[in-house]
Amino acid sequence: MNSTKTVIKVGIGDLKIAHAPNAIRTTGLGSCVGVVVYDLPKKIAGLAHVMLPDSQLARNLNVNMMKYADTAIDMLIAQLIENGARKFALQAKMAGGAQMFQFSEKADTMRIGPRNAEAVEKKLVMHHIPIVAADLGGNCGRTIEFDTETGQLLIRTVSKGEKII
Amino acid sequence: MDYLTNLQRDVLKEIGNVGSGNAATSMSKLMNQEVALNAPGLKIIPFEEVVEMLGGAETPVAANMFRIESGAPGIVFFILSIQEADIVVKRFTNQSIFNENNEPNELAVSALQEFANILTGSYLSALSDFTGLKMKPSIPFTSIDMAGAVISEGILEISQRLDYAIVIDTVLVGKEAANQKISGQFLFLPYPDSFSKIFHSLGIDRYE
Repeated sequence: MNSTKTVIKVGIGDLKIAHAPNAIRTTGLGSCVGVVVYDLPKKIAGLAHVMLPDSQLARNLNVNMMKYADTAIDMLIAQLIENGARKFALQAKMAGGAQMFQFSEKADTMRIGPRNAEAVEKKLVMHHIPIVAADLGGNCGRTIEFDTETGQLLIRTVSKGEKII
Repeated sequence: MDYLTNLQRDVLKEIGNVGSGNAATSMSKLMNQEVALNAPGLKIIPFEEVVEMLGGAETPVAANMFRIESGAPGIVFFILSIQEADIVVKRFTNQSIFNENNEPNELAVSALQEFANILTGSYLSALSDFTGLKMKPSIPFTSIDMAGAVISEGILEISQRLDYAIVIDTVLVGKEAANQKISGQFLFLPYPDSFSKIFHSLGIDRYE
């Protein structure tokens, strides 16, 4: 009870791990998706701030692989297990995937928010990780903070207040 | 892209200067106030720092985004603080930018869009004249929300290829009393392929 709680910050296209009593947060998610994978009894959580759905087009480029849904989730799970999480106990919560600008055209690149969310879901299913709660879509930015002690995910928006999932 | 020569860097800054100079004249006429320009900046920075330029990921901003699809394709943002956006729309509509439910008011947002449209049109027409590349803006896309959320949507195209953005940044500063003063920030983020087009058009694509 004496240890001080710090909040670990995850930037755009980044991922990090937090142990209790610390919390982990990422700010200003728009079309990006914030995905938290955690082992609640062990009080360990990892958070990835995913920008793009698929790393396929980037295979030959020397870029940060943490920004793609498919590669970020593999890396997140590997790091969680290295840090003492148990694969069978992993659960996930996620938020984001909004569309900040109302485009009239329906070009696929303009639907990046929903595509990010789908890609994250697909990858979690592949790893047999249940998605316990999600707050996706819409047209507002979100800041999320995960409490490693309670497993609660706080979601803050500019005009639609706060909620916990 | 760290291999930009000094001359190329100076030219990119000059692009910001020429574009914003023209936009400042338009803003001065529209708002009937004197408008100054801050020295243009050229920044080659990770996405996180693009967001920091606007005060951090959570800072609410009034963002107008334009896509440029011809000439030197890229994204132009014209960004105002909420307070300044409110001054602009009050001048043209006599209404506040938020309605009583704290949601953006439709008429006010369309006035803001038109304002941004005129200024960005001025910005790009000066750029087109300067570079000889025809750059026309798309219709405006407006969002009043967290800076991180709006910027990340604008850098998607760039993020598919790079982990950083090259940002041509200029600030237009109004010279009125604080409660009437308008400042706006232009961020021009050319797509990676556009730089060689700009340099080629200006005849500086080779080292001397």
